[in-house]
Amino acid sequence: MGASGDLGWGAYAAAVTEPRYLRSMLSTVLLSAAVTAATLVISGVAGVFLARQQFPGQRLLTALLTLPLAFPGVVIGFMVIMLGGRQGLVPAVTEALTGERLVFAYSMAGLFIGYIYFSIPRTILTVMAAAEKLDPQLLEAARSLGASPWQQLRDVLVPGLKPALLAAGAICFATAMGAFGTAFTLATKIDVLPMVIYTEFTLQANLAMAAALSFVLGGVTWAALAFARSLAGNSVVAAA
Amino acid sequence: MRRPALFWLLLAFTLCVAAFLVVPVGLSVLTGLTNNQFQGLSSGLTFKWVVKVWTDYQGPLWLSLGIALACLACTLLLGVPAAYVLSRTQGRWARAIEELLMLPVALPGLATGLALILAYGAVGSFRTHWSFVLVGHVLFTLPFMVRAVLAVLLSVDMRQLEEGARSLGASFAQRFFGIVLPNCKPGIVAGALMVLTLSIGEFNMSLLLHSPFTQTLPVGLADAYASLRIEVGSAYTIVFFLMIVPLLIALQVAGGRSKTP
Repeated sequence: MGASGDLGWGAYAAAVTEPRYLRSMLSTVLLSAAVTAATLVISGVAGVFLARQQFPGQRLLTALLTLPLAFPGVVIGFMVIMLGGRQGLVPAVTEALTGERLVFAYSMAGLFIGYIYFSIPRTILTVMAAAEKLDPQLLEAARSLGASPWQQLRDVLVPGLKPALLAAGAICFATAMGAFGTAFTLATKIDVLPMVIYTEFTLQANLAMAAALSFVLGGVTWAALAFARSLAGNSVVAAA
Repeated sequence: MRRPALFWLLLAFTLCVAAFLVVPVGLSVLTGLTNNQFQGLSSGLTFKWVVKVWTDYQGPLWLSLGIALACLACTLLLGVPAAYVLSRTQGRWARAIEELLMLPVALPGLATGLALILAYGAVGSFRTHWSFVLVGHVLFTLPFMVRAVLAVLLSVDMRQLEEGARSLGASFAQRFFGIVLPNCKPGIVAGALMVLTLSIGEFNMSLLLHSPFTQTLPVGLADAYASLRIEVGSAYTIVFFLMIVPLLIALQVAGGRSKTP
């Protein structure tokens, strides 16, 4: 489809050579990688904690953490505006504390926060499922052999959870690459690939370019998901 | 029982994460009920914004609900038999078809939307009909239904159950409706809830596929965020939450039940 239109196969060539598209591709990949890393650390810690500890209110806490599971990107964008928008919570708090309003919603930072918000619930679910399956005797053995909490984490927990973490990370990366609603709501001047595609399509009516770019984008996300499935079997995509 | 310091540290961290997720939801609900957001809560609470959204923007709401239900019907009719056939055939073709079925999940909604417009955009009045959006939603949600049902089908020894029934003289229809369907009920329920939530929340594709007459709820939300006052946008979000949160809770309950059979 990208090869039709005036540009022909040139559209594909432009998608991988023109600096404007390359730059947005690069910033999208970097953003997705950063989101993936942050999400894995946050959800890894919280997920393992919830799966391994028993305390009153635990079920409620788990329910709260997975509540935004199916919020669409647009709504998540609005949540970010609620936090860091012009009339948001964080600017109000920082103004009271330092006198300066910290507005971060309409930038790459806002998008970063939004994508983390989006990815945490499903990643926590994956981590919890994997941590529950992990043999508790392994940790007990490590503890009885005198391993410190840090050593238990490094030598038992992380290796045991590695397949789940890699799979969840790949899904997180793929969704961050293709996500569009959040960027659309925060809008203004965030130059991620899905926004570029949308601009090509609507403002410049450049269908061939938009199709070529989305084909490239689809290729990247598909590869990330195929990677995830090869690691964790078929259950991964069903959870995505 | 005394807990180590590490426990309290981790609990505090997890609570912070939960707060990060829940506080904006609470804020937007509160904003939607506030008289004037700029003046803050002191301007008083009101339902007028919710009422305004309810009276002015009912179209997208019912359309989204209708599309979600139609989408559910399509995925049930297409997905359950497909999952059944996939569970019975183990050849290379079956795997290839399975892989193809998953493609719409992997591809970003924007790409699928563009592809649909390029392929069918010029077909008569189809482009402006709500079924155009429906086709996109079915494409996007069908894999989730197939996966959910397939997972259940593969976990029960369906072949043996069916053979037993056949040896007692049951016809294919009797076996399918009497044995296969009741056995995959948990998968169908989980898949159905998933399809409904995904369809109601779908935005990326709908934004490209919709026409002014077929605006769905998330597209309306984006519109409201961009052009209306923040109170109206928040009230709109409240209406959306009222639709989607019961589904999410049902999804969690269904998921919890299937985990402990």
